[in-house]
Amino acid sequence: MPCLDEIYDVVVVGAGHAGCEAALACARLGLETIMFTVSIDSIALMPCNPNIGGSSKGHLVRELDALGGEMGKNIDKTFIQSKMLNESKGPAVHSLRAQADKQDYTREMRRTLENTDHLMLRQAEVSEIVVEDGKIRGVKTFSGAVYRSKAVVLATGTYLNARCIYGDVSNATGPNGLQAANHLTDSLKANGVEMFRFKTGTPARVDKRSIDFSKMEEQFGDRRVVPFSFSTDPETIRKDQVSCWLTYTNERTHDIIRANLDRSPLFSGAIEGTGPRYCPSIEDKVVKFPDKERHQVFIEPEGLYTNEMYLGGMSSSLPEDVQYAMYRTVVGLEHVKIVRNAYAIEYDCINSRQLKPTLEFKDIEGLFSGGQFNGSSGYEEAAVQGFMAGVNAAMKVMGREPFVLDRSQAYIGVLIDDLVTKENHEPYRMMTSRAEYRLLLRQDNADLRLREIGHQIGLVSDEEFDRTLQKKKDIEAEVDRLEHSNIGANGKVQEFLERHGSTPLKTGATLAELVRRPELNYEMLAELDDKRPELSSDTAEQVNINIKYEGYIRRQKQQVAQFKKLESKRLDDDFDYSTVKSLRREAVQKLNLYKPISIGQASRISGVSPADISVLLVYLEQRRHGGRREEND
Amino acid sequence: MGNYTDTIAAIATAVGSSGIGIVRVSGQEAFSVAGKIFLKGGKQNCDLGTEENDHRVLYGHIYDGDEMVDEVLVLVMRGPHSYTGEDTVEIDCHGGVLVTRRILETVIKYGARPAEPGEFSKRAFLNGRMDLSQAEAVMDVIQAKNQYALKSSMSQLKGKMSKCVKNLRERILYEMAYIESALDDPEHISLEGYPLRLKGTLESVMDEVRGLLNSADRGRVMTEGVRTVILGKPNAGKSSLLNVLAGEERAIVTDIAGTTRDILEEHIRMEGISLNVVDTAGIRETGDLVEQIGVLRAKDAARDADLIIYVVDGSVPLDENDENIISMIEEQEAVVLLNKSDLERTVTVEELRRRTDKRVIEISAKEELGIEELEKTVKDMFYGGEIDFNDQVYITNERHKSALTEALRSLKMVMESIDLRMPEDFYSIDLMNAYECLGSIVGESVGDDLVNEIFGKFCMGK
Repeated sequence: MPCLDEIYDVVVVGAGHAGCEAALACARLGLETIMFTVSIDSIALMPCNPNIGGSSKGHLVRELDALGGEMGKNIDKTFIQSKMLNESKGPAVHSLRAQADKQDYTREMRRTLENTDHLMLRQAEVSEIVVEDGKIRGVKTFSGAVYRSKAVVLATGTYLNARCIYGDVSNATGPNGLQAANHLTDSLKANGVEMFRFKTGTPARVDKRSIDFSKMEEQFGDRRVVPFSFSTDPETIRKDQVSCWLTYTNERTHDIIRANLDRSPLFSGAIEGTGPRYCPSIEDKVVKFPDKERHQVFIEPEGLYTNEMYLGGMSSSLPEDVQYAMYRTVVGLEHVKIVRNAYAIEYDCINSRQLKPTLEFKDIEGLFSGGQFNGSSGYEEAAVQGFMAGVNAAMKVMGREPFVLDRSQAYIGVLIDDLVTKENHEPYRMMTSRAEYRLLLRQDNADLRLREIGHQIGLVSDEEFDRTLQKKKDIEAEVDRLEHSNIGANGKVQEFLERHGSTPLKTGATLAELVRRPELNYEMLAELDDKRPELSSDTAEQVNINIKYEGYIRRQKQQVAQFKKLESKRLDDDFDYSTVKSLRREAVQKLNLYKPISIGQASRISGVSPADISVLLVYLEQRRHGGRREEND
Repeated sequence: MGNYTDTIAAIATAVGSSGIGIVRVSGQEAFSVAGKIFLKGGKQNCDLGTEENDHRVLYGHIYDGDEMVDEVLVLVMRGPHSYTGEDTVEIDCHGGVLVTRRILETVIKYGARPAEPGEFSKRAFLNGRMDLSQAEAVMDVIQAKNQYALKSSMSQLKGKMSKCVKNLRERILYEMAYIESALDDPEHISLEGYPLRLKGTLESVMDEVRGLLNSADRGRVMTEGVRTVILGKPNAGKSSLLNVLAGEERAIVTDIAGTTRDILEEHIRMEGISLNVVDTAGIRETGDLVEQIGVLRAKDAARDADLIIYVVDGSVPLDENDENIISMIEEQEAVVLLNKSDLERTVTVEELRRRTDKRVIEISAKEELGIEELEKTVKDMFYGGEIDFNDQVYITNERHKSALTEALRSLKMVMESIDLRMPEDFYSIDLMNAYECLGSIVGESVGDDLVNEIFGKFCMGK
């Protein structure tokens, strides 16, 4: 039977947040790229919460931007409210979050994709991967068309064998009633890929006109908006922001939920997938925390184009009538009208242990994957994986070095290392507590950390990179100046200190010493500092942080130096650990299963003890010398 | 490959096996650490690392501050010409076990850390000081020593210490999880007024760590040797057995009279293994109040024991008291001794083997028959007959002490951060370090503890 047969460099399956980043990265690097989606109108869809960023997720977006990704730029164009979370806390945990206009977000991303050279968009369901001799050769669509390629990136999100459920209603669709992808799983399994079944959920969307906002607390955006993208000029994104609203559940809500638990598919066993603990449904919360008298509910707009509002904090899979009853017990929602029901969604994803840190399958060369397909959750987690998978697919096709970030370089590195090294039994969400070196991995210095790497890859322009270099120079010069600027204990200084509740000086001090005082900062000291150069606000912020937290930063850098030693000791991915006699059996098993790329990664695998690591070190050393001797022979 | 250059120390001679003890210090800081405590000729500190000292033996004294510890000879070896290939100092003393240990403690106090099991060999190998053919042997040694260290650590920790450390870890973990959930979900969980509350908690945690350190210093936490309890009915021959084990040909290291008359504790060394033997009141159902207390104590002692020696009187039939004991020891390491093999037999080895899966040995405490087999059995059970257990226990104790010290230091830094009004997220760096240190004592790593605690204890967003 004659069929369509086309050739590309890279095939990307899925056009969600992962797929978009993967496709853009490949095409921008000049590779002929085709991106498949089941619905061309649902590109970069946000089927759950209407925001981007948040604690630690905001870090991911900024890192992605520094490397040359698109998400940060796209949300800067389409946000309707922006907030820096945790501002009262340390700089390491400041995190940006922006409410998006969902349709605008989708539209802008589509515009970008459609105007990128070398990139084709194609609406079709990919039903098979084509593998020959352990190498990917391309994909086949449901219609039988074959698209041959050198690399494939899978980013199918929650669409594989998806099922949406509330009460006893179950639909075999993807999110928002979109067509599910029901064939690819079989092809993956036939090629030896181990699949999991995960679950997540979303709350109802309701009509704005049916809400009594006067009974709720209004939540405003920040007056001074920090853009997500390091390439966005803050001046260009000033706009009127919309509000979100806060209200609470109460005992009546909880009573209704408890009385109807037997009708919840979660508790009746109709849902088999593993759900995330961090994003529990309201019924989960009520069952798990029975002592809590109320739970917060955030009412967030879905966009400027619509009256639909998102009920953050109340995702559910209870039957329709129970949803109505429980939502209507919430203050301000007494007469609420539902536009779309809350539902739980089950889908197939992979056991991410099968991936290398490059997000390439260990056993299928040239096949990469990213996003919820890998067992993560969240738009941001998806986007960064899509980007990393896309870049690595491109590197492979171009015959360049693979691209891996480690845990000391970026949250992205933490996320991927966790996915490929740890047992993952629920959709994985980024959290700041997962990052060991978070004082170094701040959202404010993502450009200083990663721009250079993005530039080397070829996704950051010379101009953008030069700006970062200049910023680096400015910061160093200013820190140095403050460390060497002495001020005397004169009247003006003492008066200043007294005014800010700071101990008067006995002798002279440097400006840097004053910046380090808890009650003072760089900005405040401007009035004592007449030689201060004109610096941009983000440069000034770096100066302040670098001086103020210098001691802590130094300690973390020492920890990183230790960490790097083990990371730099590489292990072969085809090594059979059972040949090292002194390793314990459990360690051999785990090491053979995970095939870590370095001693460092090996040390993070559960079941591998410090003694096993010592044994491996000795083994490596022996082999290194043994190997050299052979070469000499 | 000078990657593992922090400074480690250990006793290089088998403890107690000779009058001379050697403490070996190796690593980047070996000269400066040793230099801080070594006074040449008892007078002045000297720079040990000079070329002229290299491979020389120096005479002098070890001081801990103002206190003289011992008269010693110090051998200086500059890397790479040493066993490990690193800068190394060997301190030879002749004051016996206690002084050798005291010197090790002093070295650790001034900046070395207790070596991990097999670490000297590992470094020697990694620094190219051993032939490649020795790699396998080194790997075996590392694995074996770690297994034993773990075992000895666990067996020493069964009691109160382990419970206490675990409790402290739980408390620290809870605080970290609280902070982290507030950071991850600032709109749900507030840190208003939290630093003050944390300070209160930390003060009590630090007190307990100090308490543990003190008892570790007094040597009470880690009773050296295998906690052995002798059980049996009255008159089964327990005391005679104890007397035999503690007999004149075997050295009694210490002799602590029990606080009550019904429990007698003896520290016994046999063939390089030491046992803390507790002789208990005979176990039987009784109406006598005083005796009841004795029986209860015996049962308590048995529960915490590493080894139970159950003595059966072979001359009288087994009764319900024996049944009780047999079920009591079911879950524990135990040896059953069928005593009074010199008298006429009512109970047989076969009968005992039917009732219990423990090793059964025939002995006569009176005639001192079967004692060697008992010793051999115990040795096999606990040490595979290979490693000098007491050294391992001792060094484990030192590792625990240094972990406790490090934990305490980290907690102090949290307190400092609070006083300096640092933002809350800074606390977790040092809290995590304290948590890790305490974990190393009970052999638990961090893993996903924090994430699990956050999800388990706090109701998170969306």
